[in-house]
Amino acid sequence: MDRIRSTITYLILTIFGLTMIIPFIWMISTALMTQSEFNKQETLFIPKEEYYVWNNEGVKERILLVMEEGDTSVIHLLDEELNIKEEYKKVPSAQIELVRKKPSLHFSNFVKAFKKVPFGLYFYNTIYVSFLSLIGVLFTGLLAAYAFSRMEFRGRDFFFYLFLSMMMVPQPIYMISSYILLDKLNWLDTYNALIIPWTANIFTIFLFRQHFKALPKELFDAAAIDGCSVFGMLWRIVIPLSKPIIATASVFSLISSWNSFMWPLVMINRPELRVLQVGLSYFNQEASTQTTLLMAASTFSIIPILILFFFAQKQIIASYAKTGLKD
Amino acid sequence: MKTKWKISPYLYLLPALVIVIAFRLIPIVMSFIISFFDWSLQGTGRFIGLENYQNMIHDPVFWQSMGNTLWLVIIQVPASIIFSLFFAVLLNRIKYLKGLFRTVYFMPFVTSLVAVSIVWKLIFNEQTGLMNTFLGYVGISPQGWLSESRGIFYLMFQDIGINLPRYLHGPSQALFAIIIMTVWKGLGYNTIIYLAGLQNISKVYYEAAEIDGASKSKQFWHITVPLISPTTFYVLLMTTIVSFQTFAQIYLMTDKGGPLNTTKLIVYYIYEKGFDLLEMGYASAVALTLFILILGLTILQRRLERHVTY
Repeated sequence: MDRIRSTITYLILTIFGLTMIIPFIWMISTALMTQSEFNKQETLFIPKEEYYVWNNEGVKERILLVMEEGDTSVIHLLDEELNIKEEYKKVPSAQIELVRKKPSLHFSNFVKAFKKVPFGLYFYNTIYVSFLSLIGVLFTGLLAAYAFSRMEFRGRDFFFYLFLSMMMVPQPIYMISSYILLDKLNWLDTYNALIIPWTANIFTIFLFRQHFKALPKELFDAAAIDGCSVFGMLWRIVIPLSKPIIATASVFSLISSWNSFMWPLVMINRPELRVLQVGLSYFNQEASTQTTLLMAASTFSIIPILILFFFAQKQIIASYAKTGLKD
Repeated sequence: MKTKWKISPYLYLLPALVIVIAFRLIPIVMSFIISFFDWSLQGTGRFIGLENYQNMIHDPVFWQSMGNTLWLVIIQVPASIIFSLFFAVLLNRIKYLKGLFRTVYFMPFVTSLVAVSIVWKLIFNEQTGLMNTFLGYVGISPQGWLSESRGIFYLMFQDIGINLPRYLHGPSQALFAIIIMTVWKGLGYNTIIYLAGLQNISKVYYEAAEIDGASKSKQFWHITVPLISPTTFYVLLMTTIVSFQTFAQIYLMTDKGGPLNTTKLIVYYIYEKGFDLLEMGYASAVALTLFILILGLTILQRRLERHVTY
C-alpha cells in the first residue's frame, strides 16, 4: 500500500516537474536548431538534420535533390555556405546518399544572436547596475538595521512604521511620479536613474534588523567594557556574525536587479544604457520571426541567474522560504 | 531604558531614510497630487480637480482593464494556491530526490519574466507552438490562444454544443493563456512557502490521527488545512498583490493588450496612458485607484485572517 502510494507520488511529481521545465528545454532545443528546421515543425526537442550528399568517388558534396528519374538524378550542387554553385546537374542515382544527423546542434545561433544586438553592452550595464545597487543596499541596510535593532532614539517606531508602510506600496503605483521626479532631477537616461532609487531596500533592512536583534547582548556589553565604539561593534561584531544573512540579502538583491524590467524600460531611452531585460524585449520586437536567435538570446540572458541558482540552490530556496514564516 | 536625544542613531538611519523619502514617500505623495492635474510632461500641468477620476468612471477601457485584471486574480490566485499546496504535500511526503524536485519546481520563479514571456509567447503560437502540438496528441484541435479574443468558457462549452449567454463567456482565451503562464511562473515560490509551513506542523497530530484510524484525506482536511491556514493567508495576500501588478507578460506576449483589449491589465493600462499617450495625470488617477483597491483587499484579508486562523 505504501509502495503504491509512494510510486504514485513520484509519478505525479515527475509529470508536473516536466511541465515546469519543458519550456526551458524547448527554449534551449529551439535555440540549437536552424530556422528552417524550426519552421518545418517536425522536430520537437532534439534538433536533427537531414540532407543529401553526392558521393563523387569519395568526395562528398552537399546537394539539393531536384528529382530522381530511375538511374539518373537531377541535383543542385551547394557550396560551403549552402548557396547553389551549380544548377541542374545530372548524376547517377547510386551516388546520392541521404545523411541523417541527430542531434545536430547549431551553437552558432548563440554567436549570431550575441552579435546581432549589443548584448555584451547590455550584460555590462546589467552587471554594473546590479552591483552598485547591491553595494548601496548593503550599506544603507546594515546601518539602518543597526540603528533600528541596537539603539534607542526618539521617533524610532515612527520611522519603523514609515518604512514598513512604504514597503507595502507596489512599484507601478509610483512609477509615473518617479518618472516625473527623475525628469526634474535630470536623471532620466542616466545610470543614476537605474541605481540610486534602488540603493535602499526596505525588506533587506527588516531582514537585517530581525537578525541583529537576535544577537546575544553579552557580546555588546563585553565589547563596551573593552572600549569598543558603537561603530566598532557594528564592524567587528555584528557584520562578522551576519555573513549568512548578508549573503541571503545579496542574492535577493542581485536576482531582483538582474530581472528588473518595468523600471529600466520606462526610465531609459538611450540604447547604450539598456539593461539586459530591456535589450531582450527590444530584440523580441525586432527579431520576432527569427525564433531560433530569440531563443538563443533568452537562453543566455537567464544563464547567469541559473548558474547562481544551481550553485547555491539550497541556500536560495531556504532564504525565500524564510520570507513566508511569520515571527 | 530612558530615551535620550542623541545624534548618532540618526546618522546611521540617514542614508536609508534619504533614499526612502526621496524615492518612495515623495513619489507616492506626488502621484496622489498629480492625479488631480492634467499633466503631460511639459511644464507643471494644470489643476483640474476630480476630472481625471470622472473621466475614469466613464472610460470603457479602464473598466475592461479592471475586469480583465479581476479575472486574472480570481483564476490565478486560487489555482496557484491549490497547485502549490498539492505539490508541497507531495514533496513533504517523499524521501529521495526531494532537492531535485524542489529545484525543478522553483526554477521558473528565479528566471526573468522577460525571457520566459518570450518563450511562452512562442509556446502559445497558433501554428508553431508547443501547446497546440501537445493538444494535437490528445485530439484537441489547434487553438488561437494569444490571438483568440473569444471567452474561454464560451469556447469550451461551444465544443460540446452549448451556447453560453454573453455574461458567462469568461476571460478571453488570450488572457487565459497569460493566466496559465503566470501560474507556472509563480508556483515555485508558493510551493516552497507551503513546504516550509508543512514542516512546521508537529508530527504528533498525524500520529494521533493515525491511532484514531483517520484516513489520509481526513488528515489532510482536518489537520493540514487548518494548521497551514496562516501560510495560506500569507500566500493568498502575496499572490493577490503580485498578480494585480502583472505587466511584463502583457508587454511582451500581446500586441498592446490585444486582441480587442481582452488582455489589457490595469498596470499595462497605466503604462500605456502614462508613457505612450503621456496622459500622466490620468494614469496617476488609475494608479491611485489600484492602490486603494489593493490596500482595501489587504485590510479585508487581514480581518478575515483574524477570524479564521487557529
